[in-house]
Amino acid sequence: MSGSIQDTFFEECEELLEATDEGLTAIEGGDHDPETVNAIFRAVHSIKGGAGAFGLDDLVAFAHRFETVFDEVRAGRMELDGKLIQLLLRSSDQLSALVEVARDGGEIDEAHNDTLLAALDEYIPEEEEDLTFEPMGLGAPAPVADLGIVPEAPAEPQEETYRIRFQPLKEMYGTGNEPFFLFQALKDMGDLTVKLDENELPGFDAMDMSESYLAWDITLVTKDSRSMVEAVFEFVEGLCELSIDGEGDAEAEANALAALDAMFSTPDAPPAPPAADAAEGEAPAVPFEPPVPAPEPEAKPAPAEEKASAPKAESGKQEQRGGPKPTLRVELERVDRLINAVGELIINHSMLAQQIANLDVSDTRDVETELEGFKNLARDIQEGVMAIRAQPVKPLFQRMARIVREASAATGKTCKLVNVGENTEVDKTVIERLSDPLTHILRNAVDHGVEKPEDREAAGKSKVGEIQLSASHRSGSVCIEIKDDGAGVNRPRVKQIAIEKGLIPENAELTDGEIDNLLFAPGFSTAKEVSNLSGRGVGMDVVKNAVTGLGGRINISSTPGKGSTFTIILPLTLAVMDGMVVSVADQTMVVPITSIVETMRGSDDMINSLGADGTLLSIRGNFVPICDVAGSLGLYRESDQQAGVYLLVETETGQRCALAVDDIHDQRQVVIKSLDGVCGEIAGVAAATILGDGKIAMILDPESIIAASPTAAAFDTERRMSNAS
Amino acid sequence: MKTKVLAIDDSRTIRNLLAATLEEAGFEYHCAVDGREGVDMYPDVDPDVVITDINMPNLDGFGVIEELRGTGINSKVPILVLTTESAPELKSRARGAGATGWITKPFDDASLIFALKRVTGAAA
Amino acid sequence: MQAEAKQTDQEVKHAEHSEFVSFTVAGQAFCLKITQIREIRRWSPVTILPHAPADVLGVMNLRGAVIPIYDLSARFGLQQTEASERNVVIVVSVHGKPVGLLAESVSEIISINPDDIQDTPPVDSRNTMEYIQGIISHDDTMVRIINLDAVISAPEQVMP
Repeated sequence: MSGSIQDTFFEECEELLEATDEGLTAIEGGDHDPETVNAIFRAVHSIKGGAGAFGLDDLVAFAHRFETVFDEVRAGRMELDGKLIQLLLRSSDQLSALVEVARDGGEIDEAHNDTLLAALDEYIPEEEEDLTFEPMGLGAPAPVADLGIVPEAPAEPQEETYRIRFQPLKEMYGTGNEPFFLFQALKDMGDLTVKLDENELPGFDAMDMSESYLAWDITLVTKDSRSMVEAVFEFVEGLCELSIDGEGDAEAEANALAALDAMFSTPDAPPAPPAADAAEGEAPAVPFEPPVPAPEPEAKPAPAEEKASAPKAESGKQEQRGGPKPTLRVELERVDRLINAVGELIINHSMLAQQIANLDVSDTRDVETELEGFKNLARDIQEGVMAIRAQPVKPLFQRMARIVREASAATGKTCKLVNVGENTEVDKTVIERLSDPLTHILRNAVDHGVEKPEDREAAGKSKVGEIQLSASHRSGSVCIEIKDDGAGVNRPRVKQIAIEKGLIPENAELTDGEIDNLLFAPGFSTAKEVSNLSGRGVGMDVVKNAVTGLGGRINISSTPGKGSTFTIILPLTLAVMDGMVVSVADQTMVVPITSIVETMRGSDDMINSLGADGTLLSIRGNFVPICDVAGSLGLYRESDQQAGVYLLVETETGQRCALAVDDIHDQRQVVIKSLDGVCGEIAGVAAATILGDGKIAMILDPESIIAASPTAAAFDTERRMSNAS
Repeated sequence: MKTKVLAIDDSRTIRNLLAATLEEAGFEYHCAVDGREGVDMYPDVDPDVVITDINMPNLDGFGVIEELRGTGINSKVPILVLTTESAPELKSRARGAGATGWITKPFDDASLIFALKRVTGAAA
Repeated sequence: MQAEAKQTDQEVKHAEHSEFVSFTVAGQAFCLKITQIREIRRWSPVTILPHAPADVLGVMNLRGAVIPIYDLSARFGLQQTEASERNVVIVVSVHGKPVGLLAESVSEIISINPDDIQDTPPVDSRNTMEYIQGIISHDDTMVRIINLDAVISAPEQVMP
């Protein structure tokens, strides 16, 4: 149970951190709405509150400091200048980092944390600095803090008799406190005797209905500590005359109570109702038993059962009030089950269509019309279900602003991130898996793309580098662009590094585009070449792998002096994809459309042998190595059919390769079925799908097919050589 | 009959924590996500006790107390304030508005139940 | 008293009888507990898994799920089965996942008294010792009881 509550907490933290960031960014942009400040304060406050509940002390401490500073701002005692905003933005980043550590484990950057805490401290006025966050720091015995062990007393406590004199002031009745309940709480602690003292009760005529005339003398025999007895009266301190005398102790305790008393200046309470039981006649000292008529403040309203309308589904209405459309929280698994079912429906449709086509019926037009309707409905449902998984990229993009800030701070550059198309919706998993590649590209952009401020000035640019992160839908795909206005790819340098690393021959002649794409080559970037910021031992090849792992492609274009643009094209969803259905060695297979550049039927004169068993396909004068898919997959053709159709695909290094298949059937949407748990990883195969005839078809992974094909891989190198000569 | 609690807090985490503890302890739990909603819900829920956060959008905890105790509703139910602060002036202010008591966050199950007990007499 | 006790004894014995489905693989009789079997289907061509070992025939569509099909004969180190429409696929559940096993044909359901199960006599092949849980004589034929968990290890390990 508490696990799931903690999950809720982390989820909520994400939202609160977003709100904080959004608010701070708005303020940075000149927003002076006090509600913006309030919203940030509440968000940080909520993080603190939740963190406290889970004992996340570092988070509590940091949130508290943040909140304290912000409270000064909120109260109008402090000006939110640019410097403070920057500090708060960085603090908000740190808050995120602390949340992440609390959730995922890991190390807190103590030094960084301390630096920020110290910086925040400078904004906290002297007298408030000691206001540490402790539960019930009442100075005197902290009753609530002791209550963790209520009602069990510590080991072997001595039984003690307390004589308590309790006389409510009239103010107490305005606060909803009732003596009866206090007695009941005392009764739970031991033997209780309560004696009503009504000596001060005036004659009926002289009675002031708003006065309090009653007092009680209480004797409690309990093993509980004195502080626990005091804790019972915590809420009425200052609202009553109270004395608690232990048998053995008459000393310093009173001081503590006096201290408590002093803390609450007697408030101006609203007119108190008369003590309901004031007229109850004589009250002898009777052993206190609960069924004594409870002094109910008012006649109880009608029973609750009739008013069962009280809403309980909080999550639903929660969003309602905030303004945005009502939403529903659904377990992801339920959505995925639905997606699976819709996948079946689509498969079912194609099976049905195929079987109808096979029927020996002269006129199938009517059926086909209906079938078309079925298809459209299935697609509508599928799109609807996919939309459930779709989420705006906004939170992801907002996190990226943080990355750019950190990277800028670390490199001494000034960059701002401009987000475009934040509301573009992308599949949840895609968003999750985009985080790392985007982080890397952005760090890279700050580190290598954007120039130092002085260099920018010299180049006639604004000192502040601008990185634009945009998302848009583009013909059934999602397009993410990262565009900086920096110096662009340093091509001579990149080429030199590639030569040093042995990635290309020394005399290779590459186009500008080919040089730019060398950035994605495995082994291009190493610690020596990149600074410790974007380095971290991974290169852009990892980025490329992550993107292709999502069924996407990444490209870079660059203009010297003007900047670079990374373009990532991703499928809208991971559950279905557009594939080209081909046959290979009598098996039907599917090749993802995204990886295919071009398809063509080959004729003999297009094929050129090279070396012992290598072949090159000549396309408009360019030679591209041929990779026989059947051979690469270890399949053998039974019939004498030849691989006569070529799918031109791009390899990781941006080189092209022609996949030879037997035939192309059609292009269609297929449902992706994971092979996880069915078999281990198969080289060349990404997943499976179910075709219209109910048969399973492998979905191929062109990259790994080429990697598994010795000839094509060899040619890849050879081509570079031939390029070089 | 179960003791009815109306909890008002804008933090989902805190609401969930309260719900878990209170429902397990046998209270009837209702909640509102901000002060305005809490006050709006009050007549329908007709709780035996109200627990309210201080910092909330739309209407803060002091506002909740003032409205509940005000002439419009004129509620006499115990109201417990949830606060992360041990700062006495906050409590004093809450009490001045008519709060019955307070629960300091972070709270554990025992202190929450104990606080409820002292103002409603209910162990559950 | 004694007679009564004896009868109870018998009842207990009877209650312990388990039903097994017997089938032939490469001419030999095998059986699986009926509770281990989800369904039995007629063989239809499967989709080949590239680079798969010889005893993995491929994958089949079982109501929308992709399930692997093993050639039991090859798994037992016997000759590979030339699968045809006469053959059957026995769908079993191993480690919570459905798996298909190709067998020549299904014979019958037999009731086995656990006391009648004999340990596998030691033979040279270690595989055999692992895969066969015990043997039983039924209608004068030796029926081998398959140790399913040993035959189909966890799916991840099936293919190197």
